[in-house]
Amino acid sequence: MSDKRWINICSLSDLVENSGVCALVEGATSADNLTAKDKQIALFSLPSMSEQVFAIDNFDPIGKANVLYRGMVGCNQGEPIVASPLYKQQFSLKTGQCLQEEAQVNTYPTRITDDCVEVLV
Amino acid sequence: MSNQLNVVVVGNGMVGHHAVEQLFNLGAEHNISITVLSAEDRLAYDRVHLSEYFSGKTADDLALTDEATYQDWQVDFHTNAKVVGIDKQQQKVTTVAGDVFEYDKLILATGSYPFVPPIPGGDQDHCLVYRTIDDLESIQQSASCSKVGVVIGGGLLGLEAANALKQLGLATHVVEFAPQLMAVQVDAGGGRLLKDKIEELGVQVHTGKATQVIEAGEQCRYRLVFADGESLETDLVLFSAGIRPYDNLAREFELTIGERGGIVVNEQCLTSDSNIYAIGECALYQNMIYGLVAPGYTMAKVAAQDIIANHINLIEEAPLRFTGADMSTKLKLMGVDVGSIGDAHGRTPGALSYMYENQPLGVYKKIVVSQDQKLLLGAVLVGDTSEYDSLLQYMLNGIELPNEPEALILPSSGEKPTLGADALPETATICSCLNVTKGDIIDAVDGGACSVADVKACTKASTGCGGCSALLKNVVDKELENRGVEVKKDICEHFAYSRRELFDIIKVNGIKSFEELIESHGKGLGCEVCKPTVGSILASVWNDYILDASKLPLQDTNDNFLANMQKDGTYSVVPRVPGGEITPERLITIGEVAKKYKLYTKITGGQRIDLFGARVEQLPDIWSELIEAGMETGHAYGKAVRTVKSCVGSTWCRYGVQDSVSMAIFIENRYKGIRAPHKLKFAVSGCTRECAEAQSKDFGVIATDKGWNLYVCGNGGMKPRHADLFATDLDDETLIKYIDRVMAFYIQTGDRLQRTSVWMENLEGGLEYLKQVVIEDSLGIGETLENQMSQVIGKYQCEWKTTIENPEALKRFRQFVNSDKQDTNIQFVNERDQIRPARDHEKIQVVNISETGDTQKHKELALEES
Repeated sequence: MSDKRWINICSLSDLVENSGVCALVEGATSADNLTAKDKQIALFSLPSMSEQVFAIDNFDPIGKANVLYRGMVGCNQGEPIVASPLYKQQFSLKTGQCLQEEAQVNTYPTRITDDCVEVLV
Repeated sequence: MSNQLNVVVVGNGMVGHHAVEQLFNLGAEHNISITVLSAEDRLAYDRVHLSEYFSGKTADDLALTDEATYQDWQVDFHTNAKVVGIDKQQQKVTTVAGDVFEYDKLILATGSYPFVPPIPGGDQDHCLVYRTIDDLESIQQSASCSKVGVVIGGGLLGLEAANALKQLGLATHVVEFAPQLMAVQVDAGGGRLLKDKIEELGVQVHTGKATQVIEAGEQCRYRLVFADGESLETDLVLFSAGIRPYDNLAREFELTIGERGGIVVNEQCLTSDSNIYAIGECALYQNMIYGLVAPGYTMAKVAAQDIIANHINLIEEAPLRFTGADMSTKLKLMGVDVGSIGDAHGRTPGALSYMYENQPLGVYKKIVVSQDQKLLLGAVLVGDTSEYDSLLQYMLNGIELPNEPEALILPSSGEKPTLGADALPETATICSCLNVTKGDIIDAVDGGACSVADVKACTKASTGCGGCSALLKNVVDKELENRGVEVKKDICEHFAYSRRELFDIIKVNGIKSFEELIESHGKGLGCEVCKPTVGSILASVWNDYILDASKLPLQDTNDNFLANMQKDGTYSVVPRVPGGEITPERLITIGEVAKKYKLYTKITGGQRIDLFGARVEQLPDIWSELIEAGMETGHAYGKAVRTVKSCVGSTWCRYGVQDSVSMAIFIENRYKGIRAPHKLKFAVSGCTRECAEAQSKDFGVIATDKGWNLYVCGNGGMKPRHADLFATDLDDETLIKYIDRVMAFYIQTGDRLQRTSVWMENLEGGLEYLKQVVIEDSLGIGETLENQMSQVIGKYQCEWKTTIENPEALKRFRQFVNSDKQDTNIQFVNERDQIRPARDHEKIQVVNISETGDTQKHKELALEES
């Protein structure tokens, strides 16, 4: 059985269309609640895509700062992406793969329940 | 394979280097060993652009080659290796150090030396010449302790040298023995106008003056006494009275030399010894020394081909010969355009001439035609050389003149007969420095070259003086067009348009949002390239609040959060300080804010104060306090008008001639925040001492005693460029009018992230064209451009003020949508009593000890660690 669970993050209106916000998930993945690290998750709202809301790690593994939510969203050959605001590498919102360099961020399933945005962490 | 052939090249100037290059290119497979002996302590450099050494180019920038290249080519090179002996029988040369080199073929490319007239007192410490980089260093040194400089000699090089002295900040004079300037290239009428224009630029010209003695001065170091009894005081004397061939080796070792010097050569560039060639300015062909680089290059090629042809016993059908050269030339002297073609003085028997002079505009043009008025023999152009390329082609290719040849130089009253790239024969020389014909360019395009850069790389066209670059682009574009090649200018995969096209689309269709634009003219979701571009255009055209819901996703993070993101994800904050003038009260406020929020402070290059280390959630509070104290955003985050730097000007300064601070503040308040393809920087200096460094800015304004000089399209940064003098002695109103127009034209036509310098260089016709559009209103859009500016100026708002008054917009300024905690990865350590971002190994891992774990404690711990 998976340790993962759906976490209620915010209401749909807290998202910014065609842009990102960041959520703090506190100690969520830990087996041991005493030493868990907080997790920052970037959420992007793309109303024109069927997924509507994408969630990935907020930490930019190349720039080494918690900034991905402040990046610009768009697409590259149809793949939805966010471009890091620091050094502009693009990360796929679907796979977390960096399109220009060897780098990867985690992605998280999302769902909207009664106007609430939830992330599976 | 043939036996090895030892070729020794004496001299590593531009021509000597060209010979090496030709030998390497042509002889690569023929077992040729090349030795280069240079008397200077550096390898070949570009002497044509020597004066640019004073406008910021370094010796490395001017270098034509380097050791690595010569090593690659397996060229055996020696610097500080002046040749002092030639043994023609044993075929050996000896250098000053006593080294001996054997040769099968010897090429003398020893060049020339500056002629110093035998004037008593002309050998003193601050009497210098202008020829080598070493000379320039001496000039620079002397200038640093001089106020006045005189150039003796008003020829082409003399004026170049005068420009150099002027750039070094000296009060500059030119003394010419002849009754006019540039007597070789231009006629009396052209010379007269040239004198006027150069004097307008602040250089005093004294023609018809024979200097008799240089003695000690009273006000200055020296005094020049002229034959007519008058005198001139100066601290520095620069001789530029012509060149003399450096032919002493030929004299000493008995090669035939001309009556007035120069090593006599034949059509193969061979001297009187069948194993010794002479090329460039040391060579005399039919009693003529060719003091330009283009004929020298041709000689180098002729000699190299002859050596190789003989070596491999190749009997060429039409071996290359040097049979003299066209001495036409086009150049810019202190910003004055001068062109001289063929028989400029009309000395051909029966020659007729047409002349056009416009004194108010400072333009003089003359063409010399054959008796039957069918052929162009020569031309003189001063003040406007836009017809140079066409005229040169008429002359070089013997193209029959139109019925009314004067139409070629008259201002465009009606249809001007133009000579398009298509009209040129394939034999037409496009680049005369490197002798590249239109045929060579066609071959290059056929061979796959598909841009001007490609063609330059494989033909070397336009890599000499660069005077043919516009014509080259014309020919290349035409040839590509003829082959159906379309040059792609798409900004990204989402829009098949250039920035300029998008600008027009947005303006003409009244488009106000990205969605509207991508739906009608693009595809997909956009990206980090097209979104900010469109955001910037929308801002330039409409100047609405940039954080509207529809525009917010278009802004790069800096615009989005109205601050500059730093490496750790924090931001820097820069309040506007117009003209660099700030009250003590505001300084105190900035200090108090910085102290309260523990920000790192640093003075910027634009005379403002940068506050670093603000967390995204702190930005609104910081700005509330700054705005409360009357400050506004500095737009340091935007591709927008940034700062107007100024010196203190005539209000305080003993030397200031205008109130530069008031002008700077006026300009900054007028243009603040206007979005453009790239950032824009200004400066205003209150006198020619130029303390505000205005010539390194996009728009530089320098006070004169009559008004303001406007410089445009300069920049610092990665590839610094001095701004060009655009207009002189303007009154306040005209100054602003010109800035309005240039800026609006740039905003409208510039490419994405293209700075003004690159923009102007890419405008066909460059600076001259820009002057026509702005000053003469040649496109009839002057008023439209001004209106466009006043429209955006009228809609200025402080984006931070609007933002802190807007609760919706403020919601963006938080790290977490669901928590008020801080980002624990942002940590600082102390350095020199201020914060700086902690490096990776300095950071404290923050873990939740319990649900209520206090991360603040860890942070403070990190601060103390250092």
